[in-house]
Amino acid sequence: MTDHNDPMAEIKASFFIECEELLESLQDGLQEMDEGSEDPETINVVFRAVHSIKGGAGAFGLEELVRFAHRYETVLDEVRAHRLEADSEAHKLFFAAADHLSDLVRASRDDLPMPVAESDRLLTSLEALLGDVSDEEVRPEDFEPLGVSLTLDLPDLGDLSDVEEAPEAEEPPADSWIVRFKPEAELFDTGNEPQMLIRNLCALGEATVTCDLTDLPPLESLAPETPYLSWTITLQSTCDEAEIREVFEFVDGLCELSIQRPGAALESESLPPLGPSVTAEIARPPEPTAAPTAATDPAPEPPEPAAAAAPPFPDDTAEAAPRKSKDGGAKSVVRVDLERIERLVNLVGELVINQAMLSQSLGEAGLSPHSDAMNGLEEFQRLTRDIQDSVMMIRAQPVKSLFQRMSRIVRESSAAVKKDVRLITEGESTEVDKTVIERLADPLTHMIRNSVDHGLESPEDRGKAGKPPQGTVHLTAAHRSGRVVIEVSDDGGGIDRKKVHQVAITKGLVPPDLPLSDNEIDNLLFLPGFSTASQVSSLSGRGVGMDVVKTSIQSLGGRISIHSERGRGTTFSISLPLTLAVLDGMVVNVAGETLVLPLNVVVETLSLGPEDVQMLRPGAFVVRVRGGFVPLYDLGVMLGYRPARDRHEGAIVLLISLDDGSRAALVIDAIHDQRQVVIKGLDDSFYRAPGIAAATILGDGQIALILDPADIIAAEGPLRGAELALTQGV
Amino acid sequence: MSLTVLAVDDSRTMRDMIRMALLPAGFTVHVAEDGVDGLEVLDGIEPDAIITDINMPRMDGFGFIDAVRAQERRRGVPILVLTTESAPEMKMRARNAGATGWIVKPFDPTKLVKALQMVAG
Repeated sequence: MTDHNDPMAEIKASFFIECEELLESLQDGLQEMDEGSEDPETINVVFRAVHSIKGGAGAFGLEELVRFAHRYETVLDEVRAHRLEADSEAHKLFFAAADHLSDLVRASRDDLPMPVAESDRLLTSLEALLGDVSDEEVRPEDFEPLGVSLTLDLPDLGDLSDVEEAPEAEEPPADSWIVRFKPEAELFDTGNEPQMLIRNLCALGEATVTCDLTDLPPLESLAPETPYLSWTITLQSTCDEAEIREVFEFVDGLCELSIQRPGAALESESLPPLGPSVTAEIARPPEPTAAPTAATDPAPEPPEPAAAAAPPFPDDTAEAAPRKSKDGGAKSVVRVDLERIERLVNLVGELVINQAMLSQSLGEAGLSPHSDAMNGLEEFQRLTRDIQDSVMMIRAQPVKSLFQRMSRIVRESSAAVKKDVRLITEGESTEVDKTVIERLADPLTHMIRNSVDHGLESPEDRGKAGKPPQGTVHLTAAHRSGRVVIEVSDDGGGIDRKKVHQVAITKGLVPPDLPLSDNEIDNLLFLPGFSTASQVSSLSGRGVGMDVVKTSIQSLGGRISIHSERGRGTTFSISLPLTLAVLDGMVVNVAGETLVLPLNVVVETLSLGPEDVQMLRPGAFVVRVRGGFVPLYDLGVMLGYRPARDRHEGAIVLLISLDDGSRAALVIDAIHDQRQVVIKGLDDSFYRAPGIAAATILGDGQIALILDPADIIAAEGPLRGAELALTQGV
Repeated sequence: MSLTVLAVDDSRTMRDMIRMALLPAGFTVHVAEDGVDGLEVLDGIEPDAIITDINMPRMDGFGFIDAVRAQERRRGVPILVLTTESAPEMKMRARNAGATGWIVKPFDPTKLVKALQMVAG
């Protein structure tokens, strides 16, 4: 995904992944706040999420992201500090800002134009919350790389001694400073070192450093933690006093410090180097006395320049450190290339096939079920299943991120149609295959919009119906019998079946005199071109109907169903396979070929009697199914395995449900089995035959093609259309 | 000069950035995700310097610095605070806790290296 040669690009990519995680916790936190959480950690989490995004964004120069995050964070900080009481209106704004932040993150990631105007609009509203506080709005310039409060461009230590020797004949007073510095014991508690400070100071110009050893006691009375030395530094530099103070910023209050112009210094103080002093000897570490390690050192030595500077931690530290692999993000998560997982999934697929083949040949060898080989095989089968499940779980991800996107959809769509809607999510930790999650976003978005727009009544109508003005949309996910069930339900008015039926008749989707059950009427919503909204709203009326939702769900091997109660609401249920790597298939025989059909499209199986089939014209048949007619297709003919036949009595027929809600009957010769098969994609080098979706390897080692019935029938083309309309009218 | 550095930051991106800045300079870099984690990692290493963020879950930078300084043998380890905070009162708090220096994010990698070499060198 990234250029592996550019570590910066990799870190940037990983930053955006981290952003997604942070945005997720931001959403969670805001949700908790909105639900009235009193836990101070909640606002901390919210604040930190925005803060961390800002921090990373700054590192990559993503200015707009930094600008927005910073000012958003400033407002959140006020809440954190209890200076701002956030009400539900403020929460709404926080949510909107979080949404916008996520837009900015994505725009930054994808190099899209920044929605600056929207940033400004939101920031204005956000900062309005602060009232007067907003006056001291912090500018983004604050986040220019400030570098370090330690000044870093130092001359080498070697340079220091040169400096000292440097001719200092004239000292134009305006260009020089005399700095006196005497550390106190506390200075060492912060890990600071006079040496470091003096070096920093020297970096400001040419310096002469004199160390005052006057206070140094004899060795036997030397207290290791007491600093005895002080320094006088004559600095030739055009810098101002503030720059010098900056050097000592972190030791302010931890040392005696005086900064003066030479003239003033002489007058005001008579503390020029007295007694023994070491000039510029600081080039070698000067300050052994108070080094913290001295405490552990039985024989603290007086300033014996070179050695005594013993750094707090001796050289052996690097090796001494056990290489405790505490890498970033290593806590409980390992990031793995998707490719590697795919490879593992494929290998496990092979293993499953291999196991099936082994079972079959051992079974055929007529071994006793109690033999060691058969017992071993049983164990092998169990392990294979476990491995398969575990590997599939690697690809699984919680639906949480998907659900969070939906909460945004609810916020935006409810605002667009002026309804007050609350989204309640359940089962966010339910895990589903990554690909399924990705491909579920669009259909789910449409369903949620649909619920908000069509499902829920207007606040007035809700009032009349004796319901609370705020509508509720429930979004739930759960594992049920080896599949994932995702439900979107609203507490709206339910489906107006009379109206739906009427619309379907008017649009010619169903014959006027055909009696339909409630369930059948509800399912009319999934027909292409169906739309009940009498007026096209800004939300759902985009030419995308529930039929598209249904198609998307089916392409994932899923099913969608609808349940509605007048006055109480509507529930859409999506049932999905846990993975796209295995398929519940029906193994059938057609003209001597073994084929696999996805089980989820098979509605029922029939055995044809003499009266069941009617010929429309040679080669075009329909089959009577419970009073209706369904077009009949001979799979053997369609796949080119055999010539067309005129009679189908006794044939086995699979009644399948097509994506558009219509049905078709497929003639096959025999049903072998229903079983899970491992989906093997067909290489691109194969000719792409219509109707062939993939392949699998069966237990006996035989390769079988997996069919896509809808595709086969679509390829048949001309048969449908007018003739089908005719059959429906029969 | 090869230094061993412990970097404590809850942002993976920051940890990566720090690592990227320091590894080419020949530093040995250990990382931790927050104060609690930092103390745990510190247990097994002898860093020449520590870099820490302030805003972190579980134990923030102030608490972490406090805890490090409370260990007798860690009293002299230079600790640089690396954060987006630049308010004087925050700096004061950090210093009172025992921080050695302050670097404001975003940081310049070469400056970070120099700063570390200076405080720990």
